[in-house]
Amino acid sequence: MSTFAEILLNGVSLGSVYALIALGFVVIFRATEVVNFAHASLLLAGGYVTATLHDDLGFWPALLVGIAGAAVVGAAVEFLVMRRYRGADHSVLAIVTIGVDILLTTELTRRIGTDVLALGDPWGDAVLALGPISLAHTRIAAFVAAALLITTFLLAFRYTSWGVAMRAAAESAETAALMGVRLGRVSLGAWAVAGGLAAVAALFLTVFPTPGLERATSLAALKAFPAAILGGLDSTTGALVGGLLVGVTESLATGYQSDLTFLGRGLGDLAPYLVMVAILLIRPAGLFGTKELARV
Amino acid sequence: MGGSGLVVRDLSVGYGPVRALRRVSLEVPEGAVVTVLGSNGAGKSTLLRAVSRTLSFHGGAVTEGTVSLGGRRLDGLGPDRVVAAGVSQVPEGRRVFARMTVADNLRAGALRADGGRAGRAAALHRVHELFPVLAERAQQRAGLLSGGEQQMLAVARALMAAPKVLLLDEPSLGLAPLMAERIADTVREINTQGTSVLLVEQNAALALRLATRAYVLEVGEVTLSGPAAELAASDEVRRRYLGVVDEDAAADAEQAGGVRRTLTRWKG
Repeated sequence: MSTFAEILLNGVSLGSVYALIALGFVVIFRATEVVNFAHASLLLAGGYVTATLHDDLGFWPALLVGIAGAAVVGAAVEFLVMRRYRGADHSVLAIVTIGVDILLTTELTRRIGTDVLALGDPWGDAVLALGPISLAHTRIAAFVAAALLITTFLLAFRYTSWGVAMRAAAESAETAALMGVRLGRVSLGAWAVAGGLAAVAALFLTVFPTPGLERATSLAALKAFPAAILGGLDSTTGALVGGLLVGVTESLATGYQSDLTFLGRGLGDLAPYLVMVAILLIRPAGLFGTKELARV
Repeated sequence: MGGSGLVVRDLSVGYGPVRALRRVSLEVPEGAVVTVLGSNGAGKSTLLRAVSRTLSFHGGAVTEGTVSLGGRRLDGLGPDRVVAAGVSQVPEGRRVFARMTVADNLRAGALRADGGRAGRAAALHRVHELFPVLAERAQQRAGLLSGGEQQMLAVARALMAAPKVLLLDEPSLGLAPLMAERIADTVREINTQGTSVLLVEQNAALALRLATRAYVLEVGEVTLSGPAAELAASDEVRRRYLGVVDEDAAADAEQAGGVRRTLTRWKG
């Protein structure tokens, strides 16, 4: 039972990190209707900035610079690339983001090389023992940070003018423009927020028990895709639930791997996608997604 | 001509190779209600899109001509700057933000309004006085309102920006006659409070009663214009828009009513 609780708690923590990534993904999709395949490279960029600066600046300033850096990279992608294509088909834009992703990832992997970079976090490999259950400090920090950020974000989304503009643009870009919403700013803001959230996620994807930031980190970030998709691409609630579901599934599949050897190894990596496929079979729009409605 | 108010001069608009408007000129003097009549596809919505600068959403562009408000050019601005300059539009088909609450819809309308918190509060007060039902339903999702209520919300949302000129695109479309009448009263009320109105309508009878001046748009060109009362009396307009045809149709319908067949069970 205690192993189960431990696995579950670790899964929730991991899931909350996925939720951060998925949230950024959903924010961009809602604001611009573009599926952002460059999200993983934004995450890598944020992590890389933090990793290179933490020796000189100390961890916390480096993290802030990393978050700001990823936000700037996101905004730059919007401003320099996406904006040139405004009015183009959304699927064209999605393919453009694949190009951006390849460019960014290639450059970053060239810089990282075969290194495994530490981000210099203060938690190290300390473990908190709660009776029979032991939890790494990093996992607790991940959950608390993700919960705080997500709550802040959702409150802002609901109550600030920024949130109102964002939701209006998500429902109908043209009508929002008629109301005076500056669509360019909404889109720029979405990319920046997504970048910032991804940078935080980068930190928690690379701390203990993971060795550190490496080339493959962007692959881990990809697991947020099934999270966003199974939750429903246009739903913030969906991103949260999807993130948690993927995190817990992965954690359980990895934790009980020894009992599942007949399925081969590496089930933990596969499980999120299986869950996604299963859910999409039953609910094609995702758990909380808006069904495609056509008015006749 | 050309001093205050909204002035459209020699405006041509094309959607790619398709010309939608051809050298259209019209004027909405300060404090006036002006109507543009025309059938489907005459270019009425295009005209409003050109003023609000949202043609690009439909692949259209202004090819010549100018739009100005109080002597200040609006063409060349972004849609948000047009709103900031004092021109708000109530788009055709209401287009309320269905998933947002009524209160948030109104907030969205005020995003570009200057005057800060006090200005917004005053605008909200005015709107709630015009449409008390919106205050009652503030926390309801806009998609759950009835058609008439949605139209009220759409008008209220545009008013939140405290515009100098209100553009209304077919506000009576799809509404029950009684509700259309209420919207007409509201437009009158808004106008007496000092907002100029450019009303685009297919319901010519209603529009001509509200307006002081009217233009008739046909296939992208202004074919008739003049004081609304004069137009209402002209044969051309009476025949085309005011219902000689409609009277015939009504007579037809009445006749048909006499021999009305009810659906019976289909027996193979």
